[in-house]
Amino acid sequence: MYPSTATVEGVAAAEAVKGRSLWADARARFFRNKAAVAGLFMLGLVVLFAIFGQYFAAWSNEEIDWSVLGNVAEAGRPSFETGHYFGTDSLGRDLYARTVQGTQISLMVGLIGAMVAVFVGTLYGAVAGYFGGRTDSIMMRTVDILMSIPYMFVLILLLVIFGRSIILLFVGVGLISWLDMSRIVRGQTLTVKNKEFVEAAVATGVRPFTIILRHITPNLLGVVVIYATLLIPLLILQESFISFLGLGVQEPNTSWGALINEGAQEMNNGTIWQLLFPLFFFIITLFSFFFVGDGLRDALDPKDR
Amino acid sequence: MTAFIFRRLLTAIPVLLVLIIVSFVLMFAAPGGPFTSERPLPPEVMRSIEAKYGLDQPYWKQVFDYVVGVVTRFDFGPSFIYKDRTVNEIIASGFPVTLTYGSISFVVAVLVGVSLGVVAAIKQNTWIDYFAVGVSIGAQVLPNFVMAPILVLVFTLWLGWLPGGGWNGGAWQNIILPVVALSTSFMASIARITRSSMLEVLNTNFIRTAKAKGLSQRRIIFKHALKPSMLPVISYLGPAFVGMVTGSVVIDLYFSTGGIGQHFVNSALNRDYSTIMGITILLGALTILMNLLADILYAWIDPKIRY
Repeated sequence: MYPSTATVEGVAAAEAVKGRSLWADARARFFRNKAAVAGLFMLGLVVLFAIFGQYFAAWSNEEIDWSVLGNVAEAGRPSFETGHYFGTDSLGRDLYARTVQGTQISLMVGLIGAMVAVFVGTLYGAVAGYFGGRTDSIMMRTVDILMSIPYMFVLILLLVIFGRSIILLFVGVGLISWLDMSRIVRGQTLTVKNKEFVEAAVATGVRPFTIILRHITPNLLGVVVIYATLLIPLLILQESFISFLGLGVQEPNTSWGALINEGAQEMNNGTIWQLLFPLFFFIITLFSFFFVGDGLRDALDPKDR
Repeated sequence: MTAFIFRRLLTAIPVLLVLIIVSFVLMFAAPGGPFTSERPLPPEVMRSIEAKYGLDQPYWKQVFDYVVGVVTRFDFGPSFIYKDRTVNEIIASGFPVTLTYGSISFVVAVLVGVSLGVVAAIKQNTWIDYFAVGVSIGAQVLPNFVMAPILVLVFTLWLGWLPGGGWNGGAWQNIILPVVALSTSFMASIARITRSSMLEVLNTNFIRTAKAKGLSQRRIIFKHALKPSMLPVISYLGPAFVGMVTGSVVIDLYFSTGGIGQHFVNSALNRDYSTIMGITILLGALTILMNLLADILYAWIDPKIRY
């Protein structure tokens, strides 16, 4: 049980024998959850598709196949002979290449938006939770108030005013999504800030912001990771929503929302594959993210079960 | 209670004012005015146009006039694109449509969602429970802009039962698909929330007491379990309303109902600033009002809330 010699090395060795860290435990719990593992696997495939898919395309995403034009419903069907694995869209562009491109952009929106939301939300929540008192109540009341505004409209207003740039879309989607994050982080900070190591830091005279950055935020990592994973699909949904309206990603770029919109408009002309392929990727990705997020929550936040 | 309502109203008013002022200021930040065009207008024409829309006034006065106009007369000013229409006329033509199917969707989502959740909780681990859980997971990845094309594909193109768009003066055939497309995902969320909170309530001591007294199950559910299990549902009503208002834009656009969302998207594409602002402010006000109502309902039902 106890090391024979009470030296520093002995203590360290005993620690090493105990071995199972919080993270190892969580990993084991995560891999026992079949839905989460399947989700992770599917996500891996989608990411591989986004990264390497373009090397297998017979056509580029901007090339127009003149031979199918005017007869997309017949000649533009998905087929291996023409090299259009997913068929073509109504303009004769290869849908496979377009789907790869849309997958890249939609995943990017999810990741960048989530990073923005995590950054703003964590800092805001940690500051509110750490300082407490009046600062806390003012900051959290502000969040309550901001939550009652229909953000999608404000974002669209921004996109209209500052031009429909893809960067504004990425950042804007993140900026409207940090509110939930800040609430969760604040709650977690409240429990962390009374721990001894924070007290020790205060006693040794560390400045408040350094404490927040160096001692509080690392201990929030678990919660932040869980909610970031659950946030990504929501952001993909929001981006797709805006692009579906034609207000988001602009040609020649595309995203799942824009592709689904095109597919939905062309549905009547018998080119159903234009809707089904982007929809398929959209749905399996969202499903996978939700399953992985749930799995992470069960693994890292055992009290929630 | 009255004091609580009063206090909540007092916080709602500044939010609304801030929303109005922020959207107005954003409009000023826009590069180029609404009348900047390829071919520069003669200066005197430009001046008279600016005088007509009040753009020659100092900024603070414009903001002030706009806020006063909105607050006292519900006047959102003239449209920048359609010279002969005011924003109010545009809203008046579209809002009733959206309000009609929107409120039906809201009621459907709440009623069906709550019933499904309650039944699933009572019959836990039966096929009906699995069905409810399956639907609520599936609906998470089927937002309205995915539901709408799928519904049209099945019920209009394949089966030919229902029209795939248009409003037709609010005929029931035209209302069904928009309502289903808009309400499904919220119905599923409400069902999931109701189910888990109902399960929690059914395991509490007071329900056990009620059972021990020999009350009928119907009486236990309706008289004792339903009210406390509605609390999480009520706190979801605010976000659900925001989601529905946002979703109605897709529904209006996809089904060409002529609703307010269609005007919103059109004016966003045409950079008709005053119309976008008017619609944003109107829907923002509605949302704030709805959140207020949900808060009051929550405080009324939950005795633990002290106000």
